[in-house]
Amino acid sequence: MATIGQRVGALVAVAALAGCGQPAQGDAPVVFAASSLSTVLPHLDDTARFSFDGSTGLLDQLRSGARADVFVSADHDTMLAAAEEGLLDGEPVMVATNRLVLVVPADNPASVTGFDGSLADTRLVVCAPEVPCGSGARRLAEAAGVRLDPVSEELKVTDVLGKVASGEADAGIVYATDAALASDAVTAMEIPGAAADPNTYWAGVVAQAPHPEGAEAFVAALAGPWQADLRAAGFGPPR
Amino acid sequence: MTGAGLPRWAWLPFALAMALLVIPLAGLLARAPWARLGELLASDRSRDALLLSLATCAASTVICLILGVPTALVLARARGQWVAAARTLLTVPMVLPPVVAGLALLTTLGRRGLLGQPLAVLGVEIGFTTAAVVVAQTFVALPFLVVSLEGALRTAGTDMERAAARLGASPSYVLARVTVPLVAPAILSGTALSFARALGEFGATLTFAGSLQGVTRTLPLEIYLLRESDTDLALALAIVLLGVSALVVAAAARLGRTHG
Amino acid sequence: MGEAIRVRARHAARGLDVDVTVPEGSMLAVVGPNGAGKSSLLQLISGDLVPDDGEVTVHGRTLTGPDVHIPPHRRAVGYLEQRALLFPHLTVVDNVAFGLRARGRDRRAARARAAAELAAVGCADLAGSRPRELSGGQQQRVALARALATDPEVLLLDEPLAALDAGVAPELRRLLRTRLRGVTTVIATHDLLDVAALADRMVELTGGRVTAEGHVDDLCQRPASAFLAGFVGVNLLHGDTHGDARVWLAPTIAIAGAVDGDLPPGPARAVFAPAAVAVYRAATHGSPRNELPAVVVAVEDRWPVQRVTLAVAGQRIAADLTPASVRELALAPGDDVLAVVKATQVALHPG
Repeated sequence: MATIGQRVGALVAVAALAGCGQPAQGDAPVVFAASSLSTVLPHLDDTARFSFDGSTGLLDQLRSGARADVFVSADHDTMLAAAEEGLLDGEPVMVATNRLVLVVPADNPASVTGFDGSLADTRLVVCAPEVPCGSGARRLAEAAGVRLDPVSEELKVTDVLGKVASGEADAGIVYATDAALASDAVTAMEIPGAAADPNTYWAGVVAQAPHPEGAEAFVAALAGPWQADLRAAGFGPPR
Repeated sequence: MTGAGLPRWAWLPFALAMALLVIPLAGLLARAPWARLGELLASDRSRDALLLSLATCAASTVICLILGVPTALVLARARGQWVAAARTLLTVPMVLPPVVAGLALLTTLGRRGLLGQPLAVLGVEIGFTTAAVVVAQTFVALPFLVVSLEGALRTAGTDMERAAARLGASPSYVLARVTVPLVAPAILSGTALSFARALGEFGATLTFAGSLQGVTRTLPLEIYLLRESDTDLALALAIVLLGVSALVVAAAARLGRTHG
Repeated sequence: MGEAIRVRARHAARGLDVDVTVPEGSMLAVVGPNGAGKSSLLQLISGDLVPDDGEVTVHGRTLTGPDVHIPPHRRAVGYLEQRALLFPHLTVVDNVAFGLRARGRDRRAARARAAAELAAVGCADLAGSRPRELSGGQQQRVALARALATDPEVLLLDEPLAALDAGVAPELRRLLRTRLRGVTTVIATHDLLDVAALADRMVELTGGRVTAEGHVDDLCQRPASAFLAGFVGVNLLHGDTHGDARVWLAPTIAIAGAVDGDLPPGPARAVFAPAAVAVYRAATHGSPRNELPAVVVAVEDRWPVQRVTLAVAGQRIAADLTPASVRELALAPGDDVLAVVKATQVALHPG
């Protein structure tokens, strides 16, 4: 049977270990960012701890009390919702834009000529309307008078890209940054009106962030010194 | 409370296990929008997802039975070194992460796949069709039926079958009139397991078949899509899935008892 | 009477090399130690075992041969094992009708025949029951009815009464005797009572080979091997005779007995019951008896007599003594004693 002293010692050890489970040592922030930033952000900051997912998925996690320092969303609506629910500290700032493009496999098996009638009867894959890339695609299609008849509505834009890159789909609608990542497997074509109605990327400091200074520094870097790198990756400038 | 072979301390892990498994389900039931359930489930997308799930699961379960019962027989009764290897191969899809299963199917039956390419030339394309959903479900569910049935067959032995043959029954007659009735409880529980596995199948379906309402977007895919944009509907559909699964398991247990 | 069954076959893996004939309408008993090949012989006839080479013929039709092997379900051979193996998911009458239904008879005709067979084995009132509700004896009756319902050309019994209670076996044996009259049957058994009550001819298998065959009476009264002697429950000693009524077991040890018929010089056997053997510590004098030097090997507790195993001239015999005698003599393994048998109680045979 353990003595009182031994028991107290055990409790202290457990508490200390639990303390060790806390995220991030020092000032490195925890960043929740949209999936399309998953390739470029880790290059820009190798100390921050990233969690990439769909913008709405990240918002859900924040709502459930996830401990993050920075939230970078791929659309305005999600960031607006976060602000209205009091999940942010201060005002979010727009840091980039991303336009949608049409991609086809490198060998263009369905002979797609662009965002036009040649898409009819092809194996077109887009995002589901619940996902920002999906609602954006539909908006552009309506504006251009093009009929979209997808064979699949994926839940993540990376899945759309994957299916086009592997040749499983004849065409897909993804972001310019995604097309840039798979430039040897897919060919990108411009969508009329896309540049004028891009996705907007917003960054904000999360309320009650564990590392507020690191968070502020990260958001400032995004808005400032890192702009050139974002451009190089295919993102458009903030408007 | 304790009997032979049941040490007293076993009740604590039992209580923890029950808590671990039951409390999350209770949480789900508590948060469900019971008041709006009818209205939510009447929507087009709910109906499409539910009917698609039931139809594809029924189809894949039938295929699992047609392929699985003879497979279990072969594994249980054939002789040779290769039997153990075949059994291992067959069990792999059970432990494979579903996404990996989906990838496997894609690289084989996809348009540029090993078998998919020649099939595409013949005009047969499986990807993005409801058939693809059935294929994905069968791939992950078949091993469950085979494994549970094979165990029962091995335990049952072949004495009854030998006696039946000596009475003049052909091998097919023996299979239908002696073997199947003898292992009926195992067939039923194996079928229930397969059906439940097919019902819950997500990763392989998404990767291989895609997601389109009414064509390939089964109930689990629908729930995943809706979990952020319309949590209430997602919960309502989750309750449906939970209910159907519970029904299947209970029915199988009941049928197994009356037969055995 | 023609040959109903002829089995001439070899199976190396089971160490089997047999040549057995069964006359039409008779019952052949197959006896032998465990592992001697009794079940294998039956399985050759039923088609469950394929020999390396040889032939199995029933009523002139080759069932197994150099380029033919008819599978069990196409042979008209009935089989009964220790376990009844009734199908648990069918009623008793459907069990009995199973063979007929499997061969294409319609349900009504099959059930009618099944009912008749059940009546013939005394189980008519069990028709609607399930096998699990039946006792061991009842299950075996039903199994017999099931096998006979298909009118088999030949019936094979593999120790059919071995799993039954001692009180139940005799009635089953009587039933077999009645029902199987005129049916060509082969019965593998460990029980002398089966042989005595049922069989006409007998075959002894040792190590996969036939080591004795003949009529039951003959082999039982004049057992030729230690196994048969033990099976029948008598003592057997081998030796040589010079033509007088004595069998020499060793240069100085001989056993005298009664001769039925001729006893030419040459190898000979002496057969006598364990009850005829008395054990003494020292030589006695009296009416002409055999006094054989022996060594006690074992003393077995039995009731009402104790069985003492003795070694005589390198061979084993058994003596049944009362517990009182055993105590009086203070017998223990290793003791030197004299085994005394009256010559009138010893039968001598050639061979």
